[in-house]
Amino acid sequence: MIKKVRSHINQNEGLVFERSSPGKRGYQLPELDVPAVDAKQVLGAENTREEIADFPEISEVEAIRHFTRLSTQNYAIDLGLYPLGSCTMKYNPRVNELVARTEGLAGAHPYQPEALSQGAMEVMAALEAALGEITGMDALTLQPAAGAHGELTGILLIRAYLESQGNPRKKILIPDSAHGTNPATAMMVGYSVENIKSNDRGMVDTDVLERVVNEDVAGLMITNPNTLGVFEQNIRQIAGILHAKGAQVYMDGANMNALVGITRPGDFGVDVMHLNLHKTFSTPHGGGGPGSGAVAVGKHLIPFLPKPRLQKSGGLYSWNYDLPQSIGRVRAFYGNFGVLVRALAYIQAHGGEGLKRATMDALLNANYIRAKLEPYYDLPHKAPTMHECVFSDDRQAKHGIRTGDIAKRLIDYGFHPYTVSFPLIVRGALMIEPTETESKDELDLFIDAMISIAKEVEETPQLVHDAPHSTRTSRVDEVTAARKPIVRWKK
Amino acid sequence: MRYLPKSDLERREMLSDIGVSSLEELFSQLPAEVRLNRALAIAPGKSEYDIIEYFRDRGLENANGYASFLGAGVYSHYRPVLVDTVVSRGEFLTSYTPYQAEISQGTLTTIFEFQTMVCQLTGMDVANASMYDGSTAVPEAAMMAVRLTNRDKIVVARTVHPEYREVLATYSQHQKMPVSEVGYNAPTGKLDLDDLASRLDKDVAAVMIQSPNFFGVIEDVKQAAELAHKNGSLLVFVFTEAVSLGLLRPPVEADIVAGELQSFAISPCYGGPFAGIMATKEKYMRQMPGRIVGETKDTRGNRAFCLTLSTREQHIRREKATSNICTNQALIALMATVFMTVYGKEGLRELAEQNLSKAHYLAGKVKPHFSGPFFNEFVVSTQGRTPEQVNGTLLSKKIIGGLPLQRFYPELGNAMLVCATEMNRREQMDSVAEALA
Amino acid sequence: MYPADLRYTKEHEWVRVEGEIGTVGITDHAQKELGDIVYVDLPKVGSAATKGQTFGSVESVKAVSDIYAPISGEIVAINEELATAPEKINEDPHGVAWLVKIKLGAPEEIKQLLSPEDYQIYVEAEAGH
Repeated sequence: MIKKVRSHINQNEGLVFERSSPGKRGYQLPELDVPAVDAKQVLGAENTREEIADFPEISEVEAIRHFTRLSTQNYAIDLGLYPLGSCTMKYNPRVNELVARTEGLAGAHPYQPEALSQGAMEVMAALEAALGEITGMDALTLQPAAGAHGELTGILLIRAYLESQGNPRKKILIPDSAHGTNPATAMMVGYSVENIKSNDRGMVDTDVLERVVNEDVAGLMITNPNTLGVFEQNIRQIAGILHAKGAQVYMDGANMNALVGITRPGDFGVDVMHLNLHKTFSTPHGGGGPGSGAVAVGKHLIPFLPKPRLQKSGGLYSWNYDLPQSIGRVRAFYGNFGVLVRALAYIQAHGGEGLKRATMDALLNANYIRAKLEPYYDLPHKAPTMHECVFSDDRQAKHGIRTGDIAKRLIDYGFHPYTVSFPLIVRGALMIEPTETESKDELDLFIDAMISIAKEVEETPQLVHDAPHSTRTSRVDEVTAARKPIVRWKK
Repeated sequence: MRYLPKSDLERREMLSDIGVSSLEELFSQLPAEVRLNRALAIAPGKSEYDIIEYFRDRGLENANGYASFLGAGVYSHYRPVLVDTVVSRGEFLTSYTPYQAEISQGTLTTIFEFQTMVCQLTGMDVANASMYDGSTAVPEAAMMAVRLTNRDKIVVARTVHPEYREVLATYSQHQKMPVSEVGYNAPTGKLDLDDLASRLDKDVAAVMIQSPNFFGVIEDVKQAAELAHKNGSLLVFVFTEAVSLGLLRPPVEADIVAGELQSFAISPCYGGPFAGIMATKEKYMRQMPGRIVGETKDTRGNRAFCLTLSTREQHIRREKATSNICTNQALIALMATVFMTVYGKEGLRELAEQNLSKAHYLAGKVKPHFSGPFFNEFVVSTQGRTPEQVNGTLLSKKIIGGLPLQRFYPELGNAMLVCATEMNRREQMDSVAEALA
Repeated sequence: MYPADLRYTKEHEWVRVEGEIGTVGITDHAQKELGDIVYVDLPKVGSAATKGQTFGSVESVKAVSDIYAPISGEIVAINEELATAPEKINEDPHGVAWLVKIKLGAPEEIKQLLSPEDYQIYVEAEAGH
């Protein structure tokens, strides 16, 4: 029984180019208060263009309708649960949107005088301090633009540190449960990748690690809790093994939502880590970005941090470029400041105690789902899980139904799918992370839906196989899209 | 806590339902030695009003109500109201990456439109769904050129934004991708084509130029392209002032375009978040990093959009990916898409013409340092005074002057980079001219 | 049943030897595992192939598979049709959808390839795991 949704007619809307018509306009510029210059005369005809062929030409009303209609074709957190594993799709507080638009902050040019940028710098300093306290690390850089960018920064830091010790070393160890950005990043920094198999509890096997870590290993990239939602019990031992051989521990902070307020990476041996502000710290996903990948480091890595670094002297903030050992810049200017504002606002709204409560609600929600669905879906790893859990589609596969089909049928029940087929170490994975944002009602509706689908798999598998049935757009032909890519509109 | 939708009663019910005695038991598997046994040293949770007030106070500690003549990669342009109206819709703001096409057509369609508009503006065949920003699009373009040509050297103009070149240096350190810089012609401010020619050899994968360049001067793109292509190298065209594309000839000779769209309704926001773009010729498409949206049909035969060519990306190729990039700046790209839609074909041109007129009005009063043609930015010498002194005078009139160039180009220590857009009024420009007299 | 005139590798490639030319492709098992093929990345004519090393890849929507050279030698031809019709690999993997032709550099390597019977046994054993 589908309880959460009912069908409703929804406006059609094509592409803006299909609405365009010569002469329609949606803008009006103010009158020029200086003499108009002739472009061809001033720049030379060879430097000027003819018209921008086929660029949109529509009115303001059509523009508003165009985008509004399209928006109604999206699912969103504002509509309901996203059970996506390791994505931490939590509520994007609206006050954050308001404060990010504060005039003096939104309008600040990165090159304006420092004396006139103290407010922005204070915001960044406050966020650095808060994130340092949360992670237990000694210093931060807020420069990286996204999680993967933070990873790149972190591995660059490790390399610079090891080079300063005399030998950058050759390879990075990565558990087979890791996110795809991890190995891609290691390669970009000139390291080769060696995969480490997880043990049968889905954790890093310390015996294997002991054998494999030598002086060719620059570091280990670890996610904790891992992508199964399991806390690496032996994390201090793992860190010890690496440190004994002079290697570094990098932590992918994607699952930080399980740890805030109850433990700190800096306290369990992590040398460098990135945070996803767009996950743990509620900044909006916006359909795919922007993110922000703050990187936190231990003391020994501070000299290598990207430049410039924020400093305070005589009560005034300034940017310090005098950092001879810095890895350099990883992007222009100082960071995704607009995202940083939102993250700080989130932290302020919760306060220290509130952040811990949020973590505990995230753990409660995930464990509630796990317990309720365990009778219906295979749970290959029985270790206690934190903020997310991973089922396998083994039971359903016997009826010819895979995790991808179940995910599509979930859409008919009014939810966005969970993470399909990841991590790779679980066959036919269903990775579920509800976050603390979900009420008991929403969770119960999700659980009911998943149980109902499990029944459908046994009784009417074709219904699940061909799902979704109720969406305005049915399954798309990804094969033709990849064989014969059409990536722009043409007249 | 207002963001946590459970009562303590519900928490107890849920715990009891699953046989757990307390919330603390949920993390009892954490070894004792890693537990944090104190509260986080962070101030108690604030009310909504207190948060707003905190940021309002921070905003007041920044420049407010100043006219600005700063450009240098971040531009002051009007943001149509419609932009925030659209991006504030929860369905755009709070939605996830469009991996599930059936319930993400809103995002996918607008990205497809974005890709199309970027192609229309730049003269390229294909564009991706955006990069973090212009500065990181540059090294990504360099790495793409290396993959395509199987050569390893990059030649970049010194007139490309200095911070972009710094990012290129950081990325290239460990890629075995040596970078060589080409000087500029002192009188014109343009890239020195002879110096460029002297640096071309069989190992050069790409020549990277920016136009208008950091000095605001319009480069000889065709000639640079000819030199590059004759050498079997690719031409990478970089831009930081997107409005210029409303009026200037698109870089059709380029093989790859890497640029910044901040000018299109993206607030300066102290340096980010912005939206970079990458665009290229059809034959190079599969080597371009980043997300790409493609057109297809659904099972009912209706047109639909989906993410495509995913096998280039990290979540599939892992260590063999074209890049480690995961995000695209979707929401920021949407701002640019709304901007491009609102202004449209005629509007973007008229906006660019206004910028040209404003800057040339000011230039007429102060005499630019370089003789090359320029769009809305130019370098001006401060003669007997230092740029800081000139700017000091202007600050007292609530005007932020140009960027002193000493920090990036010590040989231009007595000059500043000045930008005038449609946001600058005649009286403000007259004040600047007066201060520079 | 796998064609009798071909020889196979554990990486699911096949070779048809005619004189000094070896025609190479991927097996029916491989194309089934990959699903709908969307793109094929082939080496340039004239480049060298080394037994056991990758020389290209085959892509489906969600996966990429490296192709390993079953024999060493010089690439003398590539199947241009696959650029516009990669689906042929799904339709006729052992015939029309050959990938490359290699001029044998070390003919004794042929002996190391699997017979159709041995390949069949290998595939069945793999599936049993």
